[in-house]
Amino acid sequence: MKRFVVGSGALAFAFLLIGALLEPLMEPPSGGVDLRTAVAANMTASGVEHPVTAVLLNFRGYDTLLEIAVLLLALIVILASGIDTASDRPRAVNPILQTLARLAAPLMVVVAVYLLWAGAFRPGGAFQAGAVLAAAAVLLHLTGLLPSWQVPTLTLRWGLTAGFLIFLAVAAGLLTQGALLQYPPAQAGMLILLIEAGLTLSLGLILAGLFLFLSRDPGDDS
Amino acid sequence: MSSGLLFACVGALLFAMGIAGVILIGHLLRRILAFNVMGSGAFLILVGLAQRNDVPDPVPQAMVLTGIVVTVAATALALALVRRLFALTGKLELPADET
Repeated sequence: MKRFVVGSGALAFAFLLIGALLEPLMEPPSGGVDLRTAVAANMTASGVEHPVTAVLLNFRGYDTLLEIAVLLLALIVILASGIDTASDRPRAVNPILQTLARLAAPLMVVVAVYLLWAGAFRPGGAFQAGAVLAAAAVLLHLTGLLPSWQVPTLTLRWGLTAGFLIFLAVAAGLLTQGALLQYPPAQAGMLILLIEAGLTLSLGLILAGLFLFLSRDPGDDS
Repeated sequence: MSSGLLFACVGALLFAMGIAGVILIGHLLRRILAFNVMGSGAFLILVGLAQRNDVPDPVPQAMVLTGIVVTVAATALALALVRRLFALTGKLELPADET
């Protein structure tokens, strides 16, 4: 009975929500702010040629700064929650899979570097590149070529935090410009590439860590 | 109806479905999935509404890109907590309220 009441209440709430969401969608407000013209007008000062990258790393750089901080925080909380006793998976790995993974992993690193570079003038950038790097690590782990991570070593800790620290250092160094993350237009492209390179490395490691730390087995000491 | 508006409407439906799932489903893994469905709905609304006259607006796109990465982190954190709960209690559901 209680479950029925809760269920029907939730369904009624969902229908109300659908109605409330759909009504303004059907007739969008007329006096909206068009941000496309604002972005397009400032593209020359942003240091990159692709508008999404310009918004991510320049116009709204603090979003990205907070985002990498959130990712780092999630990983730290996962590490702090302790090692649980995961079940031992049987590792019957096909040698063909291993060979293919050995072939694919270097190519994925190349793709990641290309995506990082392409972010300046077409869809791409640090997040996509980091995701490809993490996918390469997960692929190697699933084919048994990369052991799951236990307690992070000092090098790994520096790698995980490098992106955030570089971003923070650039932000602190540019405080003299008057506003947070306000790049001088002449050096903007270089600074964005530096930040994105650090972000790619750290994002790849963090996203891979989210998987590899969670998949650690109790008897895996490597 | 433009394609952007269609995306936004589907996003509203997904958001409501996700909310219903989060409230109704007791199994924690499925509740996390419902939460992700909710997030995807919000992203669809943002991206869909932003492309009026079929010209995309880069600002909501960048926000959605940021949101997707944060969602991945939040999902991983939730999964880690669920695994911890399973290791401690052997259950995949939250204990029922006594009231």
